[in-house]
Amino acid sequence: MTTIYQKTKGLQDTELHYCPGCAHGIVHKLIGEILEEMDALGTAIGICPVGCAVFAGNYFSFDTIEAAHGRAPAVATAVKRTHPTQPVFTYQGDGDLASIGAAEIVHAAMRGEKFTTIFINNAIYGMTGGQMAPTTLIGQKATTAPLGRTKEQAGMPIRVAEMLSTLDGCVYAERVCVTDIPHLNKTKKALKKAFQRQMAGDGFTFVEVLAACPTNWGMEIDEANQWLTEHMAAYYPLGVIKDTEAT
Amino acid sequence: MKREIWKGSEAIAEAAIRAGCRCFFGYPITPQNEIPEYMSLHMPQSGGVFVQAESELAAVNMVYGAAASGVRAMTSSSSPGVSLKQEGISYLAACQLPAVVVNVMRGGPGLGSIQPAQGDYFQATRGGGNGDYRTVVLAPANIQEAVDLTQEAFDIADQYRNPVVLLADGLIGQMMEPIVWKERTPRPLPEKTWAACGRGDRDHNNFITSLLIDAPSCEAHNLELHKKVLEMEKNECRWEEILLEDAEMVLVAYGTPSRVAQTAAENLRKQGIKAGVFRPITLWPYPYARLREIAALDRVKVFLTVEMSLGQMLDDVNLAVAERKPVKFYGRCGGKIPGVSEVERAAQEAWKEVK
Repeated sequence: MTTIYQKTKGLQDTELHYCPGCAHGIVHKLIGEILEEMDALGTAIGICPVGCAVFAGNYFSFDTIEAAHGRAPAVATAVKRTHPTQPVFTYQGDGDLASIGAAEIVHAAMRGEKFTTIFINNAIYGMTGGQMAPTTLIGQKATTAPLGRTKEQAGMPIRVAEMLSTLDGCVYAERVCVTDIPHLNKTKKALKKAFQRQMAGDGFTFVEVLAACPTNWGMEIDEANQWLTEHMAAYYPLGVIKDTEAT
Repeated sequence: MKREIWKGSEAIAEAAIRAGCRCFFGYPITPQNEIPEYMSLHMPQSGGVFVQAESELAAVNMVYGAAASGVRAMTSSSSPGVSLKQEGISYLAACQLPAVVVNVMRGGPGLGSIQPAQGDYFQATRGGGNGDYRTVVLAPANIQEAVDLTQEAFDIADQYRNPVVLLADGLIGQMMEPIVWKERTPRPLPEKTWAACGRGDRDHNNFITSLLIDAPSCEAHNLELHKKVLEMEKNECRWEEILLEDAEMVLVAYGTPSRVAQTAAENLRKQGIKAGVFRPITLWPYPYARLREIAALDRVKVFLTVEMSLGQMLDDVNLAVAERKPVKFYGRCGGKIPGVSEVERAAQEAWKEVK
């Protein structure tokens, strides 16, 4: 009998705490698969965020460090520079990366730190219960924007991949989503490319994953994925934002 | 051994490199810029990592990353910058990560001044960040001691897996003095089997985290940390006694003011007041027990605490003396250094009251 599918060794054999319809579990799995394919489970070091993925270290089977809120890129800077031959990544949500950790991510990208950042953008604070994020869309409701975000009160949402792409140290930035299998496959390809370019020593690599949060968006799973496709992907266009290798 | 003239900040930086510090992360702030400046050249030359971080917050979190992956790391700053580092220091303590944080204190609060001060005593000795933890706080009074304590700091940090603070005032950072580079015997230290440096052949992954979301595990974790606090209290307390053998008046001071106090004590003796100096070298753990013994001596009539603050270590002196004898205070702050004659006058007044 031939095995046609098996769970990645990059994940521990344990139950995840994520809500139904959440992208975290899928992206965790893809990271585990890629590091396993790269034969890097013994060398990889992951930096976890504060937010829903704060427990990611309980799920990945390789070594991980939980950072203070927003500081993962600073932590990863030191880890990568002291372990330059090992794959290092940060895994961060939108509150963590685009709000409290905005300085850390910008400066890590500016310095061209040779690690990969995986940015889970679900346009809301998940773990604390649905507050407005810097990436919350105009009109989108949040517990701290109960009538919906307005430009006048909170400004326009931040497009992080585009912002980081302006920095020479950032060599690769792509925005993806995992709403269906074709997109999931594209996400895996993007993540793999990011890790490969990191290991080639090219510079900072960034993959933004648009993710649904049915729980805090107050939607059914299908509805949430549809909303993501119609509204989020309209404001945050999918695809390669920057690739210094592209011809 | 050859004597060399070194500036305090540069000597601290070189001492760290000689102690096996492999990473330095810092952010410019006066009066300690010579530390990152020295490190920017000499740390890479010794095969280590130097990064000028975007902020003190980033710098201390870089230290956290290096420490979590098993590498000796240090950051330095001055008072307002050290306030920003408190987040990282709390996380280092929570995750039981060894690291050294240097604070070359200046006047405060807020931006304050750029001259020497000791206004960060409370912050340094009471934890400083959120939660129940302590850091060993080493307070050098001259450049030789700054060098020796910097090297010792890394061993203490590794032994207890706890951040250590080197608390120097701006004068120690800026002054030049002769030093010798002594041969050191490093402490026997445990292997860093807990480090997240790549799983390798380990049968488990290492996950460095300070989140213990349910109360019973968080309490259990705190109790574990507290065992180390008790161990550090037991083993790491240091102080110096100067002219105390027959002293009737005890000046208590650390860092730069302890040198002023020593000269004042020598002068007071010429005037017939038998003064001596008790100099805590560790501000945490504080040498309460020894100071209490001294306070219990019949010949000791009065204490005078001298600080470059408006009375912070004074609280610890009072805790130790516990009203056995009167405790007086003389302090300058905001970057002003107490002069010998000022301290003498304060001592003479204190003496008159108890005579």
